[in-house]
Amino acid sequence: MAKQIRIALRNCGVIDPERIEDYIARDGYMALASVLTDLSPEAVIEILKKSGLRGRGGGGFPAGIKWEITRNVVADQKYVVCNADEGDPGAFMDRSILEGDPHVVLEAMTINGYCTGASRGLIYIRAEYPLAVERLKTAMGQSRSMGLLGENILGTGFNFDIDIRYGAGAFVCGEETALIHSMEGLRGEPTVKPPFPSVEGYLKKPTNVNNVETFANIPIIINKGWKWFSSIGTEKSKGTKVFALAGKINNVGLIEVPMGTTLREVIYEIGGGIQYGKAFKAAQTGGPSGGCLTVKHLDTPIDYDNLIAAGSMMGSGGLIVMDEDDCMVAIAKFYLEFTVEESCGKCSPCRIGNKRLFELLEKITQGNGTMDDIDKLRNLGTVIKETSLCGLGQSSPNPVLSTIDNFPEEYHEHVTGKKCRSKVCKSLMQYLVVADKCIGCTLCARNCPVDAISGERKQVHFIDQSKCIKCGACMDKCKFNAIIIN
Amino acid sequence: MAKLETANALMELREALKEKGAALSQANSPLSTIQVKVTMATCGIASGSKPVFEFMKDELSKRNIPAKVTQVGCMGFCYAEPTIEITIPGKSPVIFGYVNLKKADEIIEHFIRKGEEIEGSIQINYETA
Ligand SMILES: Cc1cc2nc3c(=O)[nH]c(=O)nc-3n(C[C@H](O)[C@H](O)[C@H](O)COP(=O)(O)O)c2cc1C
Ligand code: SF4
Ligand code: SF4
Repeated sequence: MAKQIRIALRNCGVIDPERIEDYIARDGYMALASVLTDLSPEAVIEILKKSGLRGRGGGGFPAGIKWEITRNVVADQKYVVCNADEGDPGAFMDRSILEGDPHVVLEAMTINGYCTGASRGLIYIRAEYPLAVERLKTAMGQSRSMGLLGENILGTGFNFDIDIRYGAGAFVCGEETALIHSMEGLRGEPTVKPPFPSVEGYLKKPTNVNNVETFANIPIIINKGWKWFSSIGTEKSKGTKVFALAGKINNVGLIEVPMGTTLREVIYEIGGGIQYGKAFKAAQTGGPSGGCLTVKHLDTPIDYDNLIAAGSMMGSGGLIVMDEDDCMVAIAKFYLEFTVEESCGKCSPCRIGNKRLFELLEKITQGNGTMDDIDKLRNLGTVIKETSLCGLGQSSPNPVLSTIDNFPEEYHEHVTGKKCRSKVCKSLMQYLVVADKCIGCTLCARNCPVDAISGERKQVHFIDQSKCIKCGACMDKCKFNAIIIN
Repeated sequence: MAKLETANALMELREALKEKGAALSQANSPLSTIQVKVTMATCGIASGSKPVFEFMKDELSKRNIPAKVTQVGCMGFCYAEPTIEITIPGKSPVIFGYVNLKKADEIIEHFIRKGEEIEGSIQINYETA
């Protein structure tokens, strides 16, 4: 059996995304037609509930239940929102769906409108995705002119139309309440839930927010049935998940695997293994909100619950592979730097706490950390998670906590041994000249940007550690491998 | 395209489109023709798939090889962009990676015209629902 099954990506790479005929030939809009003519909203929601489809945007909330909640609220106007903000660094699943198969999202949103009682849809997409926007607009024009979007869809009397709203690229605006405020013209800051958007969302009206990939699964579930869908995946995580496979992996790319596939299958069978035959060290899932999986998780089936149990989370589908050359303390620092930048600043645990976490990590990577600092990271991280207002702060310490849990020895080495085994943390490295290899050619000295190298011609050279800025130029230039990192 | 007034009209359109699509890839159908799909998502375009797309369109017609050249979304092989998929009627599709204009020319002359096997194909490692 193939390791990959393309469900959400079934049309990507197959059809011309700018031709509605291609989409229709692949059963496009058939689900909408059968929903509008043969099925009650309740029946559609029942199909979704039975299918076991969970939200692909991060939280994994059951889609059918969300639709039902939105449906059950009585209001004169409701909205459907497609979350296409995709802010995780390194993630491009949603962009690929929108660029390769824009109609599937339009069709699914229309079905959602029928089920929840909404007549308007909004796609919140980051402005950095111009091609996706253009293809969405083309698709919307085509489906309107064919009577598949707008007034009296397929002659059934059902009206539904969609608008595009642009995000300016703030990570926190992917959080659904912040996203809604951003669309309302307010600051993109989260608010406390409840009320959940399904009850009180855009312009205070019930608003069903789903992710692009969640929507991309809907039409085919209706066409092929919930039994088919729920036969794929694990007990509590049905279907497939699209991952953007990146990092130190041979086959960087977009993959779609059944829930329950193991990390080993993803890395070694689909991903073609680690680059340059190096050793696997860790894989980060869930981006800045997630944690790392290690060698001991290689055979764990990947699904929502197992990832949580392993101290990580599914997130939206970024999967970054790290090898022996990656320093886990530096990785944690990288993600914290991102979080500090992206925190909206509304609540203090996240605004101040993450900054302090970052400073502690910086102290450790500079060789000034103490064992006490590691405890502080752990305690502060836990407090931030428990007290932050939104999902950003509630998950931002995960990269730190999970690297401390999985790689305590690396933290200890940085603190007590002042050593970075992966040779990433510059403050902990020394460039040294190996005396019996140096022939005194002076090449290094001439290339050092800060004149840190001294030595006469044909004499062994010497690097002044107080001047060295660790740029590595000398090591690159030396033809005799006489310069090493300690 | 004309407005679809009923769900039945949509189904009829689908059947007509499906028949046409099937006929395109059947070796002995009067409609049969070579199909070329060029990945034109952001990843493909950034790696240079646009000139490859134009080249395939122009050169196949200049060299009198009837073919349908279309743009498609991401096939997933981002590490090997630009990627293109060739289907010769009656045969399974073949995907090529790292396609530049030189490779595109080789694909036209050797793979398409002469039916030779050439290097640079990528194994399709997924099923599609
Ligand atoms: C900081 C933060 C960023 C988020 N970014 C995204 C995003 O880019 N795309 C997305 O679909 N969901 C994102 N979410 C999750 C949304 O809040 C929401 O749960 C989701 O859009 C619901 O759709 P789903 O149930 O289909 O997953 C983010 C959440 C948080 C806390
Ligand atoms: S947790 Fe962070 S991002 Fe979320 S509301 Fe508080 S400050 Fe803003
Ligand atoms: S690493 Fe850079 S700064 Fe340090 S000695 Fe070598 S060339 Fe000079």
